[in-house]
Amino acid sequence: MSSFLRYGLLMLAALSFIYPFIWMVSASLSSERGLSEMTLLPIGFTLSNYATVFTKIPLDRAFLNSAFVALLTTGLVLVSGAMVGYALARMEFVGRSLIFYLIIFTMTLPFQITLIPNYITMVRFGWVDTYLALIVPFALNSLSILLFRQAFQSLPQALIDAARIDGAGELRIIFQILVPNVLPTVLTITILTFMGLWNEALWPLIVIRDEETMTMPQLVTLFSVGGRAEGQLGVKIAAAVMLAIPIVILYLFFQKHFIRSMASSGLKD
Amino acid sequence: MKKWTPYLLVAPYILHFMVFVLFPVVFSVVLTFHSWNIIAPMKYVGLANYTHVFQDRLFWQAVWNTLRFLIVHIPLQIIVALGLAELLNRTVKGASFFRAAFFLPVIVSGVVVTILWQQLLSFNSGILNRMLTALALPRVAWLDDLAIAMYSIAVMATWKNVGLYIILFLVGLQSVPTQYYEAADLEGASNWQKFRYITLPMINPTMFTVVVLSTIGGFSLFVEPYIMTQGGPMNTTLSAVMYIYRQAFQYYHMGYSATLGFCFALIILMVVVLQRRYVEQEV
Repeated sequence: MSSFLRYGLLMLAALSFIYPFIWMVSASLSSERGLSEMTLLPIGFTLSNYATVFTKIPLDRAFLNSAFVALLTTGLVLVSGAMVGYALARMEFVGRSLIFYLIIFTMTLPFQITLIPNYITMVRFGWVDTYLALIVPFALNSLSILLFRQAFQSLPQALIDAARIDGAGELRIIFQILVPNVLPTVLTITILTFMGLWNEALWPLIVIRDEETMTMPQLVTLFSVGGRAEGQLGVKIAAAVMLAIPIVILYLFFQKHFIRSMASSGLKD
Repeated sequence: MKKWTPYLLVAPYILHFMVFVLFPVVFSVVLTFHSWNIIAPMKYVGLANYTHVFQDRLFWQAVWNTLRFLIVHIPLQIIVALGLAELLNRTVKGASFFRAAFFLPVIVSGVVVTILWQQLLSFNSGILNRMLTALALPRVAWLDDLAIAMYSIAVMATWKNVGLYIILFLVGLQSVPTQYYEAADLEGASNWQKFRYITLPMINPTMFTVVVLSTIGGFSLFVEPYIMTQGGPMNTTLSAVMYIYRQAFQYYHMGYSATLGFCFALIILMVVVLQRRYVEQEV
């Protein structure tokens, strides 16, 4: 195949992945008339679509909810993953391999099975419509434990011995000595967890009914399925753009790491 | 290190496992033998939920819809991803730009992609139909035609996820030793022969990963039809997860919904096992 043809095909493909996003941003800044054009630049530039979104739904509040939930949960996933991963990688104890198999089992379990009982647990705990329902079930994550375990296994024992001689406790060894030595793993887990949480729509739809506690993807979903967008496409699209922007900005900053962490985990959303 | 230190470290995991994995699995099994609307006490109904599943036309339609989705989604995903990965693998200039472009839809929420595609596929003003009109072809009711709607969603889902699979295939392609191709060149093998007899067998493990990941992803199809079509027209885009969700959270048939969840998980398991056999035999 000639290189001309190859680049041609690649450019065409790249265009089909990028163009819709450009169109989306431009359409969200257009007047309603401009929406039906395949425009790359807004037609009849206006911010009114964005203004309308904010007057119809508490999107700013949802943004803060999403950021709070995603950041806190990611932090908890890192802490718990490092602790369990360390125990599995570096300590001898009865039941260690059992725990390892439980983790594998959890990862292969289809979520359809746990969905309803987990909802019922939330009801019983009285966590419906609270942040706890969005945070606690996701605060521990099998993949992060496995990734930390793997990373810790590859570190030299001398590092741990030296710290112990200096009188460091186990938590100190984990978080001050070992974690700084596996930053690529930390970054991978951070990216995968944060992205998954930021984009999660199904679970919030189930456990949150109160608009004040809703996350962004949930609110945008309800807004666009329910009647409140009133068929105003521009408004709907503006809401979608605002949901996309934070993750796209992160992506542009950490592009290489995003791609690497997804490839190394072989997992998606 | 004290003897109980490791247990302290794994204690949060054990607790989390018991509450969010073990209990749900056990409770799900119990639920499938009961009728329950959350408010009234649970009522034991024996195997009634299971027998009801077999008579539930809508459930089987939802399963069939999900399978129809997969039948288009998986081959399309593999062809496009492998094709673009091959092109990228031979391209030196701008490779990182292309990779980044293909990966963009992967990182964005399914909600965003769905709202976006709803406009692209719109009958009157959608870009696809405008292109067809420009070529003097008739417009297509992408999301309103009973026969087409689910496949439109399958194409959209491919567009959304293919970037990830391109990356996986790229990793696979780069792990094929170049000596194999050099030897084949000496034998005078054609490009197609090299692809068929060297590349394909060597990337078999990647192929399997891609098939399983897109199967599991496809089986959990929810957001896309939920936003785009709400399962319509005439339930032709109702996915199995949507139906399970509907039974539980719209009709409050908790026991029945749990039973559906189990039956569906069983179907997933069967499909994945079959795929494993087939993919390993094939190459």
